Amino acid sequence: MSTTLTAPTASRASRIDHLDQLEHRSVHLLREAYASFPHLAMLWSIGKDSTVLLWLARKAFFGHVPMPLVHIDTSFKIPEMIQYRDRLAAEWRLTVIYGQNEEALAAKQTFPDGNVDRLTCCGNLKTEALRRTLSGEGKRYRFDHKLGKYVVDTNTEPYTGVIVGARADEEGSRSKERYFSPRSGENNWNIADQPPEFWNQYATEFAPGTHVRIHPLLDWTELDIWEYIERERIPTVSLYYDQGKGERYRSLGCWPCTKSVTSDARNVQEIIVELKSGRFANIAERSGRAQDKDDGGGLESLRREGYM
Amino acid sequence: MSVLSGSVTTTRPRRLDEEGLPFDDETAPNPFRAIADPAEVEARMGIVIVGHVDHGKSTIIGRLLADTGTLPEGRLEQIKDLCARTSKPFEYAFLLDALKDERAQGITIDAARVFFRTPKRRYLILDAPGHVEFLKNMVTGAARAEAALLVLDAGEGIQENTRRHAYLLSMLGVRQIAVVVNKMDLVGCRQEAFDEFARELGAFLATIDMTPAAIIPVIGRDGDNLAMRSTTMSWYTGPTVLEALDAFRSQGEGVEGPFRMPVQAVFKFTNDGDDRRIVAGTIDSGRLRVGDEVVFYPSGKRTRVKSLEAFNRVAPSVAGAGESTGFTLAQQIYVTRGELATLAHEPQPVTATRIRASIFWLGARPLQLGRNYTLKLGTARVSAHLEHIERVLDASTLESVTGRTAVVRNEVADCVIKLRHPIAFDRASELAATSRFVLVDNFNISGGGVVRDALTAATPRTTSTGDGAVVALRPSVLWLTGERGAGKSALARWLAGRAEHSGAKVEILDDDTVGALFPAGESRQEQDLRARRLAWLASRLEAHGAAVVVAIDSADEEARRYARSIASEFVEIHLNASPEILEARGRSRDGLAYEAPVQPELRLDTGRLSLDEAGAEVIAWLQEWSSQS
Repeated sequence: MSTTLTAPTASRASRIDHLDQLEHRSVHLLREAYASFPHLAMLWSIGKDSTVLLWLARKAFFGHVPMPLVHIDTSFKIPEMIQYRDRLAAEWRLTVIYGQNEEALAAKQTFPDGNVDRLTCCGNLKTEALRRTLSGEGKRYRFDHKLGKYVVDTNTEPYTGVIVGARADEEGSRSKERYFSPRSGENNWNIADQPPEFWNQYATEFAPGTHVRIHPLLDWTELDIWEYIERERIPTVSLYYDQGKGERYRSLGCWPCTKSVTSDARNVQEIIVELKSGRFANIAERSGRAQDKDDGGGLESLRREGYM
Repeated sequence: MSVLSGSVTTTRPRRLDEEGLPFDDETAPNPFRAIADPAEVEARMGIVIVGHVDHGKSTIIGRLLADTGTLPEGRLEQIKDLCARTSKPFEYAFLLDALKDERAQGITIDAARVFFRTPKRRYLILDAPGHVEFLKNMVTGAARAEAALLVLDAGEGIQENTRRHAYLLSMLGVRQIAVVVNKMDLVGCRQEAFDEFARELGAFLATIDMTPAAIIPVIGRDGDNLAMRSTTMSWYTGPTVLEALDAFRSQGEGVEGPFRMPVQAVFKFTNDGDDRRIVAGTIDSGRLRVGDEVVFYPSGKRTRVKSLEAFNRVAPSVAGAGESTGFTLAQQIYVTRGELATLAHEPQPVTATRIRASIFWLGARPLQLGRNYTLKLGTARVSAHLEHIERVLDASTLESVTGRTAVVRNEVADCVIKLRHPIAFDRASELAATSRFVLVDNFNISGGGVVRDALTAATPRTTSTGDGAVVALRPSVLWLTGERGAGKSALARWLAGRAEHSGAKVEILDDDTVGALFPAGESRQEQDLRARRLAWLASRLEAHGAAVVVAIDSADEEARRYARSIASEFVEIHLNASPEILEARGRSRDGLAYEAPVQPELRLDTGRLSLDEAGAEVIAWLQEWSSQS
């Protein structure tokens, strides 16, 4: 009864490096999500983070992605992002679903149309579109691999588990996130009263009418993401690289509100060198995203209401 | 003007005035970023900073970040702007308390994560809140940490939360700790005052079996003894905070212990002709090699490892602690989530239905004697009954009390817990990771604990449920619930078939047997009423000695709760499958909204399990249930 358990063999074969460590934790979280939520979806913004997340899902499920990838199409995304989305959907046989706020778009309640400010536009085209797509109230368009195009999805079941690629180092409010973060029926995030999370045990139980956001990338940094993209050779959208004009995007969003940064990094290796050089050390990653600046806590206000 | 122009530990930073920014010179080399090859850097170490409210934890981290040049400019600008607009003096703590709520209240409400690096390694700093109401956030931060900084205020000394946090650290398994005595200027930076603290603290920590690696006098606001050695406290010759951090040892994952892997899932994704059946999980301790004989507990099933599996890399021949892995088996034995994979030639885990455990309680609602909770240990999930509270320990005074019927928030207690079915674990004294569990109360993780001992150990089940085995069902109501297409009727018939020759009396209540007399109804009310009528009928049949298998539409949680309340032995089995599968099996699109059960005795994914597998799962559960009551 009192013996200490020690295995006979004890020398360590190889050290787990920090990318392995991050990968193992993310994979663990993805599998917990899959085991816990019968109606699970993963948000795919087409950006580098959620594409790494998609890759990690293929790691977790041994080459398969057994859940739909939900993309919120504001209609103002840079066209290349959509082409890239549909190319990967076909190549990797992904279940891709997109949703949008068709009413707001029809009524031109958008910032590019000049009728609302940036934050309201985000609220309409992202937060509200996301809420309605997740709940099933809004139309879901599913990529039909046989037809090679999007068709209206017949499944309107609310998603009760939603996997999101948020990282803690991106912005202040994201550093407060849990791996498993319960949201109310209205998508609201109660920051002051979050469940405790310890010992690989997460808030996988949830009351009817609520859902849980799952954040497998919380511990990753921007540099980790790029180093992992390089190591795994993950395909990324070319907007991240300088195409000869001396500029590239560091964070992708809608074209009217996303600015490029001055950079001549033409590929993943050059981005890693650039990040390590400290050139951007004093510039926030989302500094090119205009909606973050419109009030004291732009992104935080958006996130409380359900923004990714 | 670079803050850091020379060696890290000997140069004092330029004093900052209200307007001064510490990083207005981008070109000077920064020793904390100058890491030639990140591959040489160890994996990231988690450090938690704990202590009483207002003792200056966030200030210390903010200042450390500033002095090591680890801050993105956007962050500092943003906070300074906001301070200017709201006419508040800038504070380093605001860097972390980045949320609007927090700035309003001036206290940290969550364990913020901050990335940080020194020339030696990367850190993930977790700023745990000191406010007593936010203890659960502190636990969240501390549980991820390999080492801790315990901060206290020289002006106030050891406070309630200092003791509570230190005690919880020891319980959470954080053994490496450095104590930071902040605001030394309040005691005139005197050595005698510091020595007195050090004595008092050392004595207290000894009572909870903790030895601090260092006790460091600092002035957080000015950066004294954080990154830079203090000139005003030149009598202090121990490490600075940064030096103490770098001196912590990275606890290599538990590769030395016996192999333990809680099974997260058994995957079989059949698309694209994939016929692998992969047992997946994250290894808690030890290592696993191809060819090893694995034993799963509590079932006791065993076979050999045929292959390790991986995506986008060569399949490894060995996997160790900390790795999320997957393996295939030489023989197709039926194992499922919740079992603990171990190796045959290594020390075995314990399997039991009654345990003695030490628990810390975080829930707003007290932990009540006689109530049921959900206990989650590894990937096992079991209904747990609080049988006895042996003693309650006030974590802040460390006094123990007996005879209590409840444990309230922030208390620590030794308890006896009875489990609905056996689970596998290790004793805390033998293997920490697989002794740890949480208690869920009303959807919320409300407490954590470690298993001290097993009180009655159930032996691993050896009975076979192979093809054609005859199974006796005892008088009970087996309520199968799930959406249309989940496979309720098929499973009911399978179960009845197995019990047919056992001599047990079995009745099936489903649409085929009672549909004509009790029509399903169109509306939600009609459906509920029907479920309640059949629940009553089932309870009467049970009272006369029948095992009743109910397989009707019962979308309403309330109706099922009623069924449970009137049966003497009620087993709720939730059948589920993905929406695609349910639709393929004919679930109608306009079906009534289905309320999934909150705590069924058993959940089955009939999209992934065959009928035989699902049936075997039910029978295995029933056998365990019978063997213990």
